[in-house]
Amino acid sequence: MAFVALGQGSSGKTAAPTKASKVAFILLAPGMIYLGLFFLTPLVSLVITSLKTASFTGEIGMYDYAFQVSNYGYALETYFPQIARSFVYAIIATLAALLISYPIAYFIGVKARSKPMLQAFLLTLVIAPFFISFLLRTFAWKQIFSNESPATQFLQSIGVLAPDQYVIGSSFAVIAGLTYNFIPFMTLPIYTSLERLDTRLVEAGSDLYATPAQTFWKVTFPLSLPGVISGTLLTFIPISGDYISASRDFLGGSDTAMIGNVVEANFFRIQDYPTASALSVMLMAAIVVLVSVYVRKSGTEELL
Amino acid sequence: MATDFVARGQDLELVGIRKEFPGFTAIENLDLKIPAGEFFALLGPSGCGKTTTLRIVAGLDEATSGKVLIGGKDVTSTKPHDRPVNTVFQSYALFPHMTVLENVAFGLRQRKVADPLAKATEALQLVELEHLALRKPQQLSGGQQQRVALARALVNRPALLLLDEPLGALDLKLRRQMQVELKAIQMEVGLTFLHVTHDQEEAMDMADTVAVMNKGQIEQMGAPEALYDRPKTAFVARFLGQSNIFVGDVVEENANSISISCNGQKIAAPKSRSEKHTGRVALGVRPEKATFHEDKPDLDSNHNLVGPGEIIDIRFTGVSNQYLIDVPGFGDITVFAQNVGKSPVVELGAQVWVSWKVEHAFGLSDLPLKADNDEA
Repeated sequence: MAFVALGQGSSGKTAAPTKASKVAFILLAPGMIYLGLFFLTPLVSLVITSLKTASFTGEIGMYDYAFQVSNYGYALETYFPQIARSFVYAIIATLAALLISYPIAYFIGVKARSKPMLQAFLLTLVIAPFFISFLLRTFAWKQIFSNESPATQFLQSIGVLAPDQYVIGSSFAVIAGLTYNFIPFMTLPIYTSLERLDTRLVEAGSDLYATPAQTFWKVTFPLSLPGVISGTLLTFIPISGDYISASRDFLGGSDTAMIGNVVEANFFRIQDYPTASALSVMLMAAIVVLVSVYVRKSGTEELL
Repeated sequence: MATDFVARGQDLELVGIRKEFPGFTAIENLDLKIPAGEFFALLGPSGCGKTTTLRIVAGLDEATSGKVLIGGKDVTSTKPHDRPVNTVFQSYALFPHMTVLENVAFGLRQRKVADPLAKATEALQLVELEHLALRKPQQLSGGQQQRVALARALVNRPALLLLDEPLGALDLKLRRQMQVELKAIQMEVGLTFLHVTHDQEEAMDMADTVAVMNKGQIEQMGAPEALYDRPKTAFVARFLGQSNIFVGDVVEENANSISISCNGQKIAAPKSRSEKHTGRVALGVRPEKATFHEDKPDLDSNHNLVGPGEIIDIRFTGVSNQYLIDVPGFGDITVFAQNVGKSPVVELGAQVWVSWKVEHAFGLSDLPLKADNDEA
C-alpha cells in the first residue's frame, strides 16, 4: 500500500531490543489511543452509516441499522459527474502545481545554494501564504475576480472573456484556486530533494555528452522523484476531497461541484447520511487505489 | 553530441590560461602542451590550481582568458558535452539511480553508439567488474566504484581522459594495484591521460611527463627521472622527494663547477647542474646520495664534506634507515642508508661527518622560503 511505501524511508532497521519495548509501548500509547478514538471509531461509524436504510417512520434524517449495499450504487449513479469531475480537477490542478512548483523549487534548492540569504527569503515567500487562513485567501481571489471587478472587466475588454462571461463560477476558477492553495505542499518536498542533489552528478552528465536538457531528464529529474512523488500525493489527495474552492460561496458555480460539495450537501442540507457516508468511503477507497498504483508505477518505493 | 569520435588520443594545448576567482587568482598564465598518447601528471599541493586546470580542460569551468586546444582544434568556448573529453571524478560521481552497467553505458547512449550495453559490458570486463553490472553504485566498495568511474570514462574512447585524483580515497594496497592497472590500460588503449594528483610517488610511478604546479603556475616539467635528479626550484626539490638545501654566496667559479661558502665550509655543485652561477645561491642534494662517516674521511675535491654534526633522530622505515644529523651552521641534514643486512653501528648522539659527490649536487634558481625550511 502507498502508505507503507511512504513509511519505508524512515523504518530502516527492525526490532528494538526487548528491554526497550516497554518504553516504546509507553511512548506509542498516546498516539495509538488518539488514533483509535479519533480515526478508527469515526471510520467504523462512517462505514456503518453508509449501509443504513431510511427509518420506517419516514421521518427525515432518521435511519435504521441495515446492510443496504445498494446505497453505494445509488450514490455512484446519482453523483457520477461530481465524482469524475473531482478526479479530473485534482489531476489537472496537481499537474499545474507541479509545473509551477518545480522551477521554483529548482531555483531555490540548486541555483540559490551559493546565496543562503536569498534562499531563506524565497523559502519564506513560499511558506508565507500559510500565515493567512486559506479561506481568506480563497475569498480574496473571489473578490479580485468578482463579476464587476476591474480584473474581470479588463479580461472582457481585451476579448479573453465574452461580455456575458465571468471568471468566478467557471471550472478554470476552481482549478486555479485549487492549484494556488496547494502550491506550497508541492514546492517544499521537491525543494527538499533538490536541495540534496549532488551537482557533481550534473557535471558528470555534461562530461558524458549529455546536453543540459538531457542531463535534467536523465539525472536531475530522476533524483528529485522522491520529492515529486511526495509533492503530488500531498496535493492530489487533499484536492480530491476539497470542497472550498468548488463551493458556490467561493470560486465555484452551479456546475463545478466536486465530491466534497455533494457530501456536504447530503449531510447538512438533505440529511441523507447514508449516501453522504457512501460517497466518503468511495472517495477514500478510490484515493488509496489510485495512490498505490501511482507509487508502484513510478517505481520509487526504494527512493521514498 | 560530441562532434568527433576518435579511437586514439589527441594532443592537448593550453595557451596563456588564466583563471580568476573573486579575491584570488587560481591560475596564472599557464602554457602547457601534452603530446597525443602520453600519460601526463599534474602534480601539486592542494590549492595550487591543478584541479581548476583540469576543470577548464573539461569545460566545467571557464578560463578568464587563454585558449584550450584539443587535437589542434580550439575548444575554448565549446560546451563540456561537446568536448571529446571524459573525466574520472575525485568523487566518482556515479549516478545513484542507475545500475553499474547503465552508468557505463550513459556516454554511449548519449552519442547513440550502436549496441551500448555490449560495449559497456566489455569496458566492465576491462576493469574486472562485469559480475557486478546489475548492482547499484552504492552497493560497491570504494575501489570498485573507482573502477566503474574509470570504465564509464574509458568506454567512450575520449581523445583525452582526465583523472582528478581518482585514487585518493583508496587504501595503499588497492592504490598500488590501481596504479598498475591504470598504466596498463593507458598503454593498451593508447589514449592521452591527464592525471591530477598531489601524490608525488603516484605521479612519478605512472606518468611519462610530470609537471609540478605551485601557486597557479608550473614550476618545472619533465620526465620523472629528470625532475627528481635535477630539480630547478626549492619547491620542486622538496615537493618531489626530499632534499637537503644549503644557501650561501658563490665564492668560486671555474669551468666545471661553482662553490658556495656556507658557515666557512665550501660546498660545490657542477656548473651544468646549476641554474644560477653568481650571488646568493641554494645548492641541494638528495638524502640517499649522501653518506656519513664516524671519522673525518680524507676525500678528494670531487666530494663535498660537512661536519662534524650530531645524529639527533634515527627512523627505521623498512627498506632504509633515515638519519637526521644536526650540523652547526648547516641545519638538519637528512641521510638515507639502505638496509642491506648490517645496520651502521651508530647511535643517537654520535658525532659524524656527511659527504656526497659533487656530481650529485644541484643548484636551484631560487632560495628556499622560510616556510619551506620549517617544513624540512
